[in-house]
Amino acid sequence: MDALTRRRFLISSGVVGGGALAAGAGVLGFHELLKTAEKTKAGDVEDGLPTLVLVTLYGGNDGLNTVVPYTDAAYHSARPELAYAPARVLPLDQRLGLNPMLRGMKRLWDAKQLGIVLGVGYPKPDRSHFKSMDIWQTASPGTPAPTGWVGRWLDGISAATETAVSFEPALPPMLVGKSRIGVCVSYRGLTLPPGVSPDVVSALGQAEPGESEMQARAAASYADLITMNRVVMRSAGSGSAEQGHSGGEEVPATGTGGDNALAAQLALVARCVESQVPTRVYSVSLGGFDTHAGERVWQEALLRHLDDALSAFVDRMGRSTAGRRVTVVVYSEFGRRVRANASDGTDHGTAGPVFVLGHGVAGGFYGEQPSLTDLDDGDLKATTDFRDVFGTVLAHVLAGDPDRYLGGYRAQLLPLLSSR
Amino acid sequence: MTDDIVLLLRRAGFGPTAAEVGAARQLGYASTLSGLVAPAGPDVGATSAPVPNLGPDPFALLPRATEAQQVVGSRRRTEQTVALARWWLDRMTVADHQAIEKLIFFWHGHWATSVAKVRSPQLMFGQLRAFREARDFADLAHRMVLDRALVYWLDGQHNKKAAPNENLARELFELFMLGVGQYTERDIKEAGRALAGWRVILDRETLVSEPKHRDTGRKTILVATANFDANGLVDLLLQHPTCKRFIASRLWFRYASTTQPIPERTREAMAAGFPAPMAMLRVLFGDEAFQATRGTMVQQPVEWLVGAMRHLGLRPAAMPDQVFSRIYWAMEALGQRPFAPPSVGGWPAGAAWLTSAAAQVRLTIAGILVDLARPGPLTPETVAHLLCVDRWTDRTYAVLRDARNDRLKLTLGLVSPEYLVT
Repeated sequence: MDALTRRRFLISSGVVGGGALAAGAGVLGFHELLKTAEKTKAGDVEDGLPTLVLVTLYGGNDGLNTVVPYTDAAYHSARPELAYAPARVLPLDQRLGLNPMLRGMKRLWDAKQLGIVLGVGYPKPDRSHFKSMDIWQTASPGTPAPTGWVGRWLDGISAATETAVSFEPALPPMLVGKSRIGVCVSYRGLTLPPGVSPDVVSALGQAEPGESEMQARAAASYADLITMNRVVMRSAGSGSAEQGHSGGEEVPATGTGGDNALAAQLALVARCVESQVPTRVYSVSLGGFDTHAGERVWQEALLRHLDDALSAFVDRMGRSTAGRRVTVVVYSEFGRRVRANASDGTDHGTAGPVFVLGHGVAGGFYGEQPSLTDLDDGDLKATTDFRDVFGTVLAHVLAGDPDRYLGGYRAQLLPLLSSR
Repeated sequence: MTDDIVLLLRRAGFGPTAAEVGAARQLGYASTLSGLVAPAGPDVGATSAPVPNLGPDPFALLPRATEAQQVVGSRRRTEQTVALARWWLDRMTVADHQAIEKLIFFWHGHWATSVAKVRSPQLMFGQLRAFREARDFADLAHRMVLDRALVYWLDGQHNKKAAPNENLARELFELFMLGVGQYTERDIKEAGRALAGWRVILDRETLVSEPKHRDTGRKTILVATANFDANGLVDLLLQHPTCKRFIASRLWFRYASTTQPIPERTREAMAAGFPAPMAMLRVLFGDEAFQATRGTMVQQPVEWLVGAMRHLGLRPAAMPDQVFSRIYWAMEALGQRPFAPPSVGGWPAGAAWLTSAAAQVRLTIAGILVDLARPGPLTPETVAHLLCVDRWTDRTYAVLRDARNDRLKLTLGLVSPEYLVT
């Protein structure tokens, strides 16, 4: 393994998040971080630690057109314009098939590397994007919680700064704990204006005693920027994306958060895993799933992007020992209404499928496909609580006790990773 | 007290110039506050930023565009959007009535609508005019529920009696007027019925009513049952006791603190000024809880950019096209391109702006601005005076003192933590 690469990443990620700031401990100094890196290097785990990659689909992905109940007459009658003809789906069994865009997922399914948990949701579904996403990320359906479920695990193990990393532009609530917080790493390269040297920017990023928290965070962002330039980008060779506009003006749906560069985010995760950085949880995202109108074409474009990015990532992970210990979980804040609306789209719904992928995953279906006729006010009734899925990965990927981190919920663990 | 005035000016507007701070100190806090929330006379500064003529939406003339026409039309729309944003940023920069401009920017974030989906710059412009023309929040809410851009953004044009689409109804409750938890799913479905039967047609100035898709039946919403239509629904929500408190807390969130909740006493005092936003802001800025939020607000990128241009004596209208274009797309990378909020929930806030990715883009923009400004001889003290920063930390003072040249001093001042956080 490349210890230098890993150490470089550590240095950068440590400064990046201001995690210690959230803990009220002030900004980590460069030398302290170096020491952290040395320490971790000394305690090498040769094969890499089990790692979790969480993929958040923002906007509410239409589960019924992702894992399609193609032989169910109720499916075809509820959404005549939107339903997929049986001949088009990629069949998984006699009842369910994948959206035709998900060819890579189908291949992983055939290779027993894709587990699909059916009908995942929670009691008293909330149809607000923001509220429901909060519920998934905090794992707290009943009452609002100030911490995310990964954040509570970070607290519980007194995690090192680099333990959880977000490659999303903003830090998701999931990674926020009470005393620990995940770090946010940009995947863009560095360019400074002419005449501005990294040293002077770095100097502007030094912590100042007595400074307000926000001001200290602002300063830390400059320190992060420079260490990242020095270390991550050069060593990981992620290239420097040209700055400028993202190309297309148009997005399919009402914006509800999430990023649109999943492949770039996953490429950086892949490099980190291959360099055996000791990060245990990565958070990446894809946005745009809020398909209230003209759903077919937009969802297909998004699912194709998801499929390309994910299947390439899982294939690449299969080529290294560390990569084979990676588990990917793909979820969205809710599914959509069973019945299509008049705009050839679907409104906010409830339960949906969760994908679990990786070389240690026991492929196949888990849970029950919700009925399309026994509905709750036009919506699917969830058959599996999402905390059972998160509890499973807490226990079997992160070696944590789910009962400690799911707000008193007793998770029923699924044999998703039983091969381990 | 003088520091209090700087805080007031920085929060109420886009960054006061040294001259404005001097004048405000002469006037005192109370008179400065009155001048901000109830400016006398016409806005002379704004007259140098006349309203642009975008021309027609290319797709309004081409209902059935060929593929080639679509490419050309999309490009033209992007040019129009850039021109509109350029004018708006220019007006924010040169206007004397800073609190009014800032409030309009607040409403843009509140009724967060993105050109990325709406696509038509003319529709976005119509919404922006409504923010400016509305007498108060009540008038604004009535305009918004039938605003072409907002209705299109939230799929209202697809909402029909036979098959309701509840996107607009939901956000009206959750994000625009009441806040989460004040209603049931049934309320939203019923409200969706009240909003059915409107269509956006590009070459019409207003929404087009489609009587056959309206739902004129009785609806039970919250505690009332009536034949609600769009305006009736808005009236009902305006009368809800939570509405004025919700708007007070949203103003607090953007003007006072993104991390501390609004104190109940402040909220009630502000709510008494509802639906007049300036009356509510007058209460907020006069409240001691406001002064206690010093050092907690991270400037949003647009606030930062406009403030920087004001301090450097620059304006978008006077920039070469290519320079403005670079700044405009850099604002996208910074996460706040005007007319393109990331979601219907509006712009991020607080520490979310302080990622290392943002730090880099901010440096780039500061470099561009300083190149245009060509500063004269500077010291840390004169940079502080120019940028209206109370004081530098020892760290930043040393960095500015040691900076090799004036260009670098000013660039670093513009990106300094002290300048970013108010």
